[in-house]
Amino acid sequence: MTGASGMLGRVTAELLRAQGHEVHTFQRRPSGLTGVEDSLGSITEPAAVERAVLGMDAVVHLAAKVSFAGAAADFEAVNVEGTRCLLDAARTAGVRDFVFISSPSVAHVGTSIVGQAATDATPEKVLGHYAQTKAKAELIALAANSDSFRVAAVRPHIVWGPGDTQLVERVLQRARAGRLPVLDAGTALVDTTYVDNAAEAIGAALARMDQVAGLAVVVTNGEPRPIGELIAGICEAGGVRPPRWSVPGRVARVAGSLVEFVWQRSGADGEPPMTRFLAEQLSTAHWFDQRRTRDLLGWTPGVSLDEGLARLSEHYQQL
Amino acid sequence: MVALPGVDPSWPAYRDVPSHAAVDPAGTTNSWHYLDNEAQLTGPPRGTLLCVHGNPTWSYLWRSVLAAGAQHGWRVIAVDQLNMGLSERTGRFRRLADRVQDLNDFVGSMDLTGPVITVGHDWGGVVSLGFAHQRRDLVDAVVLTNTAIHQDPNRAIPAPLRLALHPLVHRWGTKDTSAFLDVTHALARPALPKEVRKAFLLPYRGGARRQGIADFVADIPASPSHPSYPALRNIAEGIRTLDVPALMLWGPEDPIFSDTYLNDLAARLPQADIHRFEGASHLVGEDRDIAGPLFRWLDGALKTSAATSSPGSPDGDATAPGAPAASALETDTTAPFTPLEHELTQRAQGPDADQLAVADMGADGRIGRSLSWRDLEREVSSLADALRRIGLRRGSRVSLMVPPGVELTVLLYACLRIGAVIIVADAGLGRKGLSKAVRGTVPEFLIGIDLALTAAKLFSWPGRRISVATLPAAKRRLLGVESSLAELRLGKTTAASGDTGPADVPNPAVLDPAVLDPDVLDPDADAAILFTSGSTGPAKGVVYTHRRLAAMRDTVAETFDIRPGDGLVAGFAPFALLGPALGTTSITPDMDVTRPKTLSASALADAVAAIEATTVFASPAALRNILTTQGELTDAGRKALAGVSLLLSAGAPVPSRLLTELLGILPAASLHTPYGMTEALPVTDVDLGVILSAEADAAAGNVIGAGNGVCVGRAVAGARITVSPLNRAGTADGAPTTEAGVTGEILIDAPHVKDRYHRLWLTESESSRTGGWHRTGDIGHFDGNGRLWVEGRLPHLVTPAAGVLTPVGVEQALEAVDAVGLAAVVGVGPAGTQAVVAVVETTPATAKPGLAPASLASAARSAARSAGAELSAVLVVPALPTDIRHNAKIDRTAVAQWATGVLAGGKISKL
Repeated sequence: MTGASGMLGRVTAELLRAQGHEVHTFQRRPSGLTGVEDSLGSITEPAAVERAVLGMDAVVHLAAKVSFAGAAADFEAVNVEGTRCLLDAARTAGVRDFVFISSPSVAHVGTSIVGQAATDATPEKVLGHYAQTKAKAELIALAANSDSFRVAAVRPHIVWGPGDTQLVERVLQRARAGRLPVLDAGTALVDTTYVDNAAEAIGAALARMDQVAGLAVVVTNGEPRPIGELIAGICEAGGVRPPRWSVPGRVARVAGSLVEFVWQRSGADGEPPMTRFLAEQLSTAHWFDQRRTRDLLGWTPGVSLDEGLARLSEHYQQL
Repeated sequence: MVALPGVDPSWPAYRDVPSHAAVDPAGTTNSWHYLDNEAQLTGPPRGTLLCVHGNPTWSYLWRSVLAAGAQHGWRVIAVDQLNMGLSERTGRFRRLADRVQDLNDFVGSMDLTGPVITVGHDWGGVVSLGFAHQRRDLVDAVVLTNTAIHQDPNRAIPAPLRLALHPLVHRWGTKDTSAFLDVTHALARPALPKEVRKAFLLPYRGGARRQGIADFVADIPASPSHPSYPALRNIAEGIRTLDVPALMLWGPEDPIFSDTYLNDLAARLPQADIHRFEGASHLVGEDRDIAGPLFRWLDGALKTSAATSSPGSPDGDATAPGAPAASALETDTTAPFTPLEHELTQRAQGPDADQLAVADMGADGRIGRSLSWRDLEREVSSLADALRRIGLRRGSRVSLMVPPGVELTVLLYACLRIGAVIIVADAGLGRKGLSKAVRGTVPEFLIGIDLALTAAKLFSWPGRRISVATLPAAKRRLLGVESSLAELRLGKTTAASGDTGPADVPNPAVLDPAVLDPDVLDPDADAAILFTSGSTGPAKGVVYTHRRLAAMRDTVAETFDIRPGDGLVAGFAPFALLGPALGTTSITPDMDVTRPKTLSASALADAVAAIEATTVFASPAALRNILTTQGELTDAGRKALAGVSLLLSAGAPVPSRLLTELLGILPAASLHTPYGMTEALPVTDVDLGVILSAEADAAAGNVIGAGNGVCVGRAVAGARITVSPLNRAGTADGAPTTEAGVTGEILIDAPHVKDRYHRLWLTESESSRTGGWHRTGDIGHFDGNGRLWVEGRLPHLVTPAAGVLTPVGVEQALEAVDAVGLAAVVGVGPAGTQAVVAVVETTPATAKPGLAPASLASAARSAARSAGAELSAVLVVPALPTDIRHNAKIDRTAVAQWATGVLAGGKISKL
C-alpha cells in the first residue's frame, strides 16, 4: 500500500489487516501503523518502488500529491510518473492485482453532477493540477489492465473522518479564522464518503477484482446533502461556529482562480483561502448513481453520514 | 441525396410515373421522389401508409413514421408531391384536382398489398382525403395532422395565409425568398434543431425550385370563385360518407389550422379519433411523437373495423374506434334512464310546485333572487325555446361562463333539455388554462357575464356571444355580443345569426317537457364537458353523457341519503348543478363561488337559516375560512348551523384536526370528505368517524396497510375500486388487486365515471387500457379493513435507489412536525437513483426560500425516516404552488423542477 500515512491509508491498512491480509506499506516516512511492515522511499524513485513491490500479491495505490494549489510539475511527477513507475514495477514483479485510488474529479468538468454514473476520466477537460494529473494517471492505470495483471480504479468522493487534514481540518481552520464562505446559499447537493466506508469499498474491490478489473467506480456514502448543511455539521462536530455569510459561486470561482494564480507566482507559503477547485466543489452539485458501484463491489456503506458526524464530534471532544 | 438526420439511406427512391392529370399533355411522364421503408421490412408488410406532405415541406416530414413503421411491420411510403421536394419541377401549375390525380397516378404505378392508410399534413391532408374519397376501393383508414378541408365563406382565411396570398407579398414571400419556408419552420415547438431545419430547406434552394411553393399558396381556394373551390368542395362534402376509421393528431398552437378547422373535420368524419397535443403547433410531427400513437391506433382501428364488418361478431370488446365507443366503460344503452331534470319536471307539476326550488343569497343576509319549482320549470322551458330560436340544437357546444346561482341553474337545465353540450370551464383553471380549454372545445355559443365576454374578446375565443345582462350598445358592439338572455326571452334577436332555423329543431309540440320524447334526448349523447384542475399537466376536458350525469345524481343521492325536499346549500360549484336534479331546495350562499375560500361562517349560517337547510356542500378551502370567521356568528346563526345534518366537502383531503374543529359549529352534522376527481365524482365516501378510526389504526399499526396516505374510506354506491400494483420502476402494470397493503394505480368502475376525454385519444386509451376500468393516475392501497388510502399521483412518484416512494405519507409525517405547514416531497435527479427532497412551508412563513434551519432539517429528517424516506435536503419556501381551483393540490412537478435547480447549486429562484 502506498500512501498509508494519510487518513484513508491508515484506516484501509487496519481494515485489510483485520481481514487477514499481510500489509506492507511504502512511503517516505514511517507509517506509524502497528502490525504492518514499512518500506521507506519515494514513489518517484524507481529503485525504491521496485524493492517495495517485490513479493506482493496486490498493490493499493493511495499515494498522491493532493492539494488545492501548487506547481504543475510536482503534481505531474508524483501523480502521473509515480503511478506509471509503480504500475511497471508491480507488473514486472508478478503482482496480480492493482487498485488505483482515484477521485471523481477526474471526470468532473465544472458543471453539476446530478446522480450520474462514473464516466471516463478526461484529463483535458478537468480543472486544476490535481484533477488533471489524477485523470492522466487513472487512464494509464486502467490501460494496464490485463488477465494476468488486473487493475481497477476506485474513486471515493470527498473522504472525511476523524484525523482528516484535507477537508475537515481545512474547513475548521477557515471557519475559525472566519475565512470560509458557504457558496451561494449552500444548497448544492454534495455526496461525501466517510473514511471507513471508503476503506471497506477498497477492500471490497480487492476481493472482487473478477468483477471490477478494468473499471472505474465512484464510491460515496450515497447520502447527498446540501453543502451548507454538511459544512455546518463538520463545524459543529469540531466545535466551531459555522459560517454565516455567502459568496456567489461564480464570483468565487473567478476570485479563486485569481488568488490561485497570485499564490503560485509569488511562491507564497501556505494555501490560498479559496481556489477555483474548492469553489467548484462547494458550489455545484456533485452526487452520483451508486447502484452499479454497489452491485459490482457487493458492498454498502456501513457508517451513515449522521453516524460519521457523531464519530467526528467524539473525536474532537477527545482531543 | 445527401445523408439527412433521421433518414435511413435505404429509403430514398425515384420513379417515373405516367400522368393522367388534366394539366399535363397526354403521354407525359413525371419523375417522383419518395421515401420508402420497404427494404427494412423483414416480412410481407401488414399494409401501406401513404404519407402526403403539405406546403412548404416534403417527404422528410414523415421520417419518424417511416422509422417506426419498419419496426411495426408497416410499409411507409412518403411522396414528394410534383413541383415539391426532390420530385420533378414540371413547369406546370398543378391545382388541387391535378394533385389528387397525381397521387392516384403514383399509387397506380406501385404494387401495394394489404390495407392502405393515407396520412396527410397541411394541404397534403386535402390531397390525401381527395385520394381517399376517390379510391374507396383501396383506402382502409385515414390519418390527418393539422390540415383543413373547408373554409367558411363567411369567415376570413387565417391572417398568415392572407398575407402570403397578398399580391404584394405572394411572389416575394413564397418564391423569391425563403420567407414562407422560414416562417413555417419557425412554428416548431420547441425550435427545430439546425440540421433538421437545413434538411427541410434542402429541396428549396433558389427561387426556381420554389415555384411549387408559390403555386400551392396561389391554389388556396380562399373564395367560392377560386378555380379549385369546386374540387375542394367536392372532397369536403364527399368525405362525409367516407366511413373508414380516421385519426386526427393535432397541434393546437397552429396559427393557421386552428381548432376551428379540426372541429369542422370532426363534424365531417364523426367516427374520427382525435388527439390534441397541448402545446404543439403546426409541425405536430416535429413537436411530438406522432408515430408511436399512430401505429398503436392502427393496431386497434383495423382490428376493430375488421371485427365489426365480419358478420356475427360477438359483442366482445369490439368498439368502433371513434365516438363514445372509446370510453372506459361499456354502457348498457338499453338500461332504464331517468333524465337529470326528472325531479324538476315532477315537482313543477306536483303539490310542491309553489315551494322554493332555487335561491341566491343577497349580501344583506336575505334571499335575493329565487324561483319556485313551477317558475324554474317555466324559466327553463322558455329559455330553452329562446335558445333554440337562435340556433342552439342537439350537440351544439355552449360555454357557460356564469357564476353558480339561479341564473346558471336555469341555463344549465335549458341547455340539457335542448341536448346541447355544456362546457364548464371555470376561472379555477387560471387565465391561460381557461383560454386553452375554451379554444379546445370550440364552443358555438358563449353565454357569459361581462368579465367572461371581455376575456372572450381579448383572447379571441370562438363562439357567438350572448350576455347575461343586457349591455349598452357601445359595449355590446365592442365585445361582439349578439344578444342578451333577456332579449332572447323576449324573442328579440338583433344580430343576423345567419345560421338559424336548423333542420333538426324538433316540433314545438314534442318539446313539452312533461312528455320528454326519447328521440329528443339521447341518454348516451354528450351532455357536458368539465375540466380537470390541471394540477398534473394541462387541464383535460372530460365528457359526460346524460346517462352518466344522471348516474352521478343517483350515486350522490344514495350514498349520502339526500332526498327530494331537503334543503341544500350549494357552496361548491360542481354540485350547483345537482340541487334541482336531486329535488332539493338549493341556495347559493353570498360568496364568490369561483373562490371557495370567500365563504364566511355568517354567510353560510344565513343561507342555512333562509331555507332551513340540512345539507351543506362546501369546498375544503371554504371550511378553513368558516372556522377562521366563526367569531362573527350570531346566536341565531349558531342555532341554524346546529340544524345541519350533513356536510360534504370534496376536491381535496381535509385534515381530521380541521373536521374535529368544525364539529364546534356544526355539532349535529355528519362530516363527509368524499374522494373523487373530475372524471368520477364521488368515488369513495369517508366521514370523520372513519377517518379517526383509520388514523388510530395507522398509529397502532395493527391493521395491514393502515397508514401511508390519506384514508378516503370505501367505494360509494355503485362503484368498484381496485389497484394496479407498481413495479420496481414505478410503472403501474400489475394485475388489479384489492389485497391489503399493495400499492398501485387506483382503478374505478362506476356508472358515473366520465364517458371519455375530449379530443385526447392517447390519454383516453391510456386511461381505459384496462378493460372496463378507468385508470385514475392516483396511487393508493387498501388496508385490511377495506379502506382505501391515497398516496399521491402517478407522475409524482419518487424513485430513490432504495425503491419507489409515494409522497403523501411522507408529507403527512412532515406536516406533523412543529413549524411545518404544507409539505411537498419530490425527487431530484435521474429516475431510479433520485435524491428525496422535502420542500415545506413554515409557520410563521419564511420570507426567503432556502435551506431549512438545522433544527428543522433534523426534525424533518427523522419524521420522514419514520415514514420510510431518507431525505437528502430540506428546503423552506414562503408558499408552495397549488392549483387555483382547490388551493390544495400541490404542483409537485413544479416543486421538483425548482428543487432540481436550487440543489444543483447557483441562485435560488422564486418557486
